[in-house]
Amino acid sequence: MSPLLLADLTVFTLALLVGFEVISKVPATLHTPLMSGANAIHGVVIVGVMLLAATASTTAGYALLAIAAFFAAMNVAGGYVVTDRMLAMFRSRS
Amino acid sequence: MSAFDTTVHLIYLACAVGFVVGLHLMNTPATARRGNRISAGGMAVAIVVTAVVLGHDGGVTAGALVALASGAAAGGVAGTIAARRVRMTAMPQLVSLFNAVGGGAAALIALGDRPGGTSAAVAGVLDVLIGAVTFSGSLVASGKLAGKIAGRPIVVPLGRPVTALLAAAAAGLAVLIVGFDAPAGALYGLAVCALAAGVLLTLPIGGADMPVVISLLNAFTGTAVAMAGFVLGSTPLIIAGGLVGAAGAILTKLMADAMNRPIGAIVAGGYGTGDAVTVAAGAGSAAVRETTADDVALQLAYAERVVIVPGYGLAAAQAQHEAAALTEALAGRGVAVSYAIHPVAGRMPGHMNVLLAEANTPYEMLRDLDEGNADLARADVALVIGANDVTNPAARRAGNAVSGMPILDVDKARSVIVIKRSLGHGYAGIDNELYTDPRTAMLFADAKAGLTAILAALHAYA
Repeated sequence: MSPLLLADLTVFTLALLVGFEVISKVPATLHTPLMSGANAIHGVVIVGVMLLAATASTTAGYALLAIAAFFAAMNVAGGYVVTDRMLAMFRSRS
Repeated sequence: MSAFDTTVHLIYLACAVGFVVGLHLMNTPATARRGNRISAGGMAVAIVVTAVVLGHDGGVTAGALVALASGAAAGGVAGTIAARRVRMTAMPQLVSLFNAVGGGAAALIALGDRPGGTSAAVAGVLDVLIGAVTFSGSLVASGKLAGKIAGRPIVVPLGRPVTALLAAAAAGLAVLIVGFDAPAGALYGLAVCALAAGVLLTLPIGGADMPVVISLLNAFTGTAVAMAGFVLGSTPLIIAGGLVGAAGAILTKLMADAMNRPIGAIVAGGYGTGDAVTVAAGAGSAAVRETTADDVALQLAYAERVVIVPGYGLAAAQAQHEAAALTEALAGRGVAVSYAIHPVAGRMPGHMNVLLAEANTPYEMLRDLDEGNADLARADVALVIGANDVTNPAARRAGNAVSGMPILDVDKARSVIVIKRSLGHGYAGIDNELYTDPRTAMLFADAKAGLTAILAALHAYA
């Protein structure tokens, strides 16, 4: 196993553990915005799609890139906007 | 490592910290919105930095740039419009749709970037497999939630053997890709198998299990994105994927526990037809006590503590605004009102809370299962609107369809009013013993009409 892979595995495992710790403290009241907010965070896949652009050089590659970019951008933009819209509705008594 | 690379990595690290802090701030409604914005800020920085990296490294052809920019612009606009327009009742299908495209994008990364080396090939195979299953599975789930595909469990002829065949084919292809450096076509073949399996796995799952399924698919997408991170060697993807995987896993567990159903049985499907038999009001119900809107209004007006138990029937009738108006009227008379909300009260985790928040219900009134039960034990009146199985005291006994399911202890309140159109069954398909409890009075009405009548009576007499 290469040192690079080991480092990646370490990061992944720790991210999972941090995720469990942080998210188990979110109250049930906010579970829907939590899910859509987490959804928006996996929209970071757009960074991966951008990195993919450096290797695309064929027509098929461009088509795949465009579809992936469409999907990822929809995920990240829509996810954050809809989460913000929901959270704006949670108002205090005062 | 050059100074440029170091800077880029440090900025990515800061973005990841933004995601974690953002999720952390979701621990109270007061800070949650700020949290989401911090997370979005981290995301924006990650995107800008990646653009700078592409420019710095060069090698992006004009064609690739056009494909990337046009795809991203169209997707961004489509996502934003959908997010702005969606009705809160339609939230589960939209979240499922966003989940689908995220999984799809993750799978396409491994298809586009042919992973070299054994460990990257393993990550690539997992990415395509999980990403493609999530893509098609979430689309089917979204269609079911939107009513475009029947919500009842759809039995596909030979579904199980075909799924098993697909799994075997996928395993074979995976071995070829990882062990024998198979040509690019193998990875596409794997994607096709996974897409078909995603459809076959989701179709048989019934409406009642949807909160679990969309949580599970959310966990899958997180994992797929992390795998894409392994393929590309991109830390932000690995971290974000891990965080989302954990979120999805926790919500899946919470939802499955709230229904007292093992996750394996849910994935096997077949439960919760959503087409429960409707029994005519009064038929064979000698022990049921019926009440009127006027009586309910008086009872509520002179109570000290009222707990409202909303179920999906409330949202289906679009009655959350009437419920909020009643709450306000009661609070104005000095009645303490709260909402006891079961985890599976809506179509996705926490859905009912969003619907009530939309109707301007202050979040201090929204109680989860444990807090709700503490309130119910002290309540003068429990007002059940459109909730059924989650209030059935039979759950405390062994040997029936709801045995062991955590319920709201509505029968612990001093008196109970149930607004319901009929004595029809819930997903579990059994009688609710709450309805024949001597302290329970039934108001047979649609949630919206019933609440409107109570509100009118409250203003007229009380």
